Amino acid sequence: MADPRPARSRFSPRLTAAFLCVFLLVFLRCASASRDVVSGSNETWIRPARSTQEDPHDHHGNSTEHKKAFPVLAFNFEHVRKPFEISMWILLALLMKLGFHIIPRISHVVPESCLLIVVGLLVGGTIKAVEGTNAPVLDSKLFFLYLLPPIILDAGYFLPIRPFTENLGTILVFAVLGTLWNVFFIGGTMFAVCQIDGAGLADVDLLSCLLFGSIISAVDPVAVLAVFEEIHINDLLHILVFGESLLNDAVTVVLYHLFKEFSHEGSVSVSDALLGVVCFFVVSLGGILVGFIYGILGAFTSRFTSHTRVIEPLFVFLYSYMAYLSAEVFHLSGIMSLIACGVIMRPYVEANISHKSYTTVKYFLKMWSSVSETLIFIFLGVSTVAGPHEWNWTFVVFTVFLCLVSRVLGVIGLTSIINKFRIVKLTKKDQFIVAYGGLRGAIAFSLGFLLTDSKMKHMFLTAIITVIFFTVFVQGMTIRPLVELLAVKRKKESKGSINEEIHTQFLDHLLTGIEDVCGHYGHHHWKDKLNRFNKKYVKKWLIAGERSTEPQLISFYNKLELKQAMMLVESGSTSKLPSVMSSVSMQNIQPREPPRRRAMPSISKSREEEIRKLLRANLQNTRQRLRSYSRHDLMIDPFEDNVSEVHLRKQARQKDVENKKTGSKTINARLKLAFFVYGVSALMSLHLCPPEHQVFTYDDAESPRSAEMKPRSAAVRLLNELPQRSDQSDAEPNAKQDDQEDQLKLSRGLSDPGPNQEQKES
Amino acid sequence: MGALQSLPGQPEYIDLAEKTGFSFEQIGVLHKRFKQLSHNEETLRRDHFNEIPDLACNPIRAQIVEAFFDRRNFRQNGEGTVEEIGFEEFLVVMSHFRPPSLHMTEEQRESVRKEKLRFLFNMHDTDNDGTITLEEYRHVVEELLSRSGALGKETAKSIADAAMLEVASISMGHMEPDEFYEGITFEHFLKLLNEFEIESRMNIRFLNMDTTTLCK
Repeated sequence: MADPRPARSRFSPRLTAAFLCVFLLVFLRCASASRDVVSGSNETWIRPARSTQEDPHDHHGNSTEHKKAFPVLAFNFEHVRKPFEISMWILLALLMKLGFHIIPRISHVVPESCLLIVVGLLVGGTIKAVEGTNAPVLDSKLFFLYLLPPIILDAGYFLPIRPFTENLGTILVFAVLGTLWNVFFIGGTMFAVCQIDGAGLADVDLLSCLLFGSIISAVDPVAVLAVFEEIHINDLLHILVFGESLLNDAVTVVLYHLFKEFSHEGSVSVSDALLGVVCFFVVSLGGILVGFIYGILGAFTSRFTSHTRVIEPLFVFLYSYMAYLSAEVFHLSGIMSLIACGVIMRPYVEANISHKSYTTVKYFLKMWSSVSETLIFIFLGVSTVAGPHEWNWTFVVFTVFLCLVSRVLGVIGLTSIINKFRIVKLTKKDQFIVAYGGLRGAIAFSLGFLLTDSKMKHMFLTAIITVIFFTVFVQGMTIRPLVELLAVKRKKESKGSINEEIHTQFLDHLLTGIEDVCGHYGHHHWKDKLNRFNKKYVKKWLIAGERSTEPQLISFYNKLELKQAMMLVESGSTSKLPSVMSSVSMQNIQPREPPRRRAMPSISKSREEEIRKLLRANLQNTRQRLRSYSRHDLMIDPFEDNVSEVHLRKQARQKDVENKKTGSKTINARLKLAFFVYGVSALMSLHLCPPEHQVFTYDDAESPRSAEMKPRSAAVRLLNELPQRSDQSDAEPNAKQDDQEDQLKLSRGLSDPGPNQEQKES
Repeated sequence: MGALQSLPGQPEYIDLAEKTGFSFEQIGVLHKRFKQLSHNEETLRRDHFNEIPDLACNPIRAQIVEAFFDRRNFRQNGEGTVEEIGFEEFLVVMSHFRPPSLHMTEEQRESVRKEKLRFLFNMHDTDNDGTITLEEYRHVVEELLSRSGALGKETAKSIADAAMLEVASISMGHMEPDEFYEGITFEHFLKLLNEFEIESRMNIRFLNMDTTTLCK
């Protein structure tokens, strides 16, 4: 990336590095200070147990003997120790993240996860050097209850549904069968390896090996996300690897618990194996059911939040988190529950909540998942330094080797089966990326950590950490150049084309129709049935008001319009509208009509210019006047005002040509628009809001939006009052038509009414 | 082998298989379906299609039915429409929905893409003049939204207008204010849907086994 200001940038990395070092030292000092205080307070707690009531007595004695001076400044770290430490860790993680992005050269070569692990190693090493043995370790409870859910929720909520459902069969085969293959292959082969004399592994029995296999086999969603996020491969491969990492949780949970239970007993009978299979179905389907219930609840709740928009995002987060925790209570798959909840909730919640709440949800999820991911990798590094290690060359080397081999064999074998059923086959390149993207991560480590303490556990942990390091460092760093080398298709930057959306929908209906003609109920048929069921029954229950009947194409179109308007505003277009990419405008595509007779008197060019200048000056004055008012006076945010203004202008430009008049008449329309906007701005500064019934040419479906009509009606009156050069009779119906067209757009652009504010007023 | 022997008209199948690329089993299944739809007659007419119950709630039903009777889709460079079609034409239209096979060269893949997009283009261009005008495109969008009730007409118009504007911007780039964009030609259509990956999306899974007895 080119540096536009090289002088300044030379300072910032050094400055940041210096700042980080200072910060690190301060942090470590505080950490050690906290440990002193902890040990100090431990002593004070322990002593009264041995000696009776000595300290309080001394304290009392002190106070009675001589009066202490009132402490002006006191040091009481114990009070805030826990939140302080947590905040320090998070702050450290974020500063590290910040640091990496300021130094662009490294972040291009090395993925962020690697850098964070290295930082964790450094921090862990420093703490160990300073403290000795009291370094913090990645607590499994902390990991599973606090660090993992935000990442999974972020992934689940923003899961691209279409590629996911289209490839669901493939994903399930990889997740379930692939993981099973990995577990048994690795477990079995490791047992065979352990039988080799001279490796010192004779005490590792089959069940322990299988347990180890079940921990190490699962592809980790956190690591996959961290690495794949940066390489931008095409949707299909991304969803295959990522979907697999999410859905293999059920298999992992069942196998882990199964083997853990029976490793105590020492043997597994056939009935236990059958129970295991049943357990798998219970765990996965139960998890999905729990998520489904909470998702429906969340969607239903969001239907009623039109009056309390501020707490809307919290519902999304809390229902999802409850889904995760409820599933964990019953040892069901929490990850699948969370994914199901997010997926179910999303379409209905998004139709119900306001635009600002949607943005809040999006950004909070991204923020939390980012922090979690950073903390996980740092802790992984710290734990590596801390934990007791048991290094056994044979074990570790074979583990790494077998992980790779079993992954490759599994993918190749399964793909040959899957390709028989897929319409779009997976090529060798795809298979390679899927195999290479099977990264292991912190879930494996945490599961290993939960094992009971023994020499075997330490050996397992060492092997797990080695595999994690290998996959994250070696595979993570080399996947980007490999992707470029193999010329794997990258993610195409979709700009949200309305044509593509139209054709996507058209194609859906077309394919459903052809399937019906062919006479077999295929994928499209069932999808269509589900959509119709959804539209007919479910949406009525879960989406408030008008939006429940809004077809997808229209909501897509509205979102696109809003996005474009916001982009125009953000690109600094308050003084002039930037021209579109090409100079094609609505005029060019509208069919040419024969010029009608104009009833308007013709204006000379110079007069036209004068009028334009006048209008522009007035508009700018109004805008300045608006800005000088305090926030509390304005009904609408100035930013949103610009958005709506830009929207209006864009709409009016389109409307220009709809007026069925020739080109020179556009000045007429622009005049009207200018007066209109002027009137509206003047209106807003004057707080006029008289109720007035407006005659619409729309159907009744539009009339509930009357609340927004109220200012318009006054504006129309103003419009009529202001001196105009244009034809009086032309102005009114066009302005009205402008009104109504703009309502549709304006109501989405306004500050925070959401779609349903009009309901309460109608 | 038993399945093959029970199929009638074996020699014609070889011809059809070469022409359309279907396998013998698939042709057999589709022939059974054809007979079922046409009530054992030799040709299919439009009212036969209208009898399919599942098709009734499809918003673009009319266009789908028309596509079967459009001579441009018969791969014989014909034009205009016919009133009834035989099994061969039925199969040829269906073959537009075959997925591309795994071992295809880039040119073959490209020609498959063009063919599928040509099919879509013909569906939109109802008056056979080689361009999709604004009116025709509006009609397409209206049909898509036809199940949505009252909001249909006006919004359909603005959506179609925006879409047309997008096409014009992509294909023409720069136009004078008094120039008029006639309509979407096939080249513009290709350019527009360049990123759409239609060769992997516009596919139906044709079965080798007969399930016509299971559904209407």
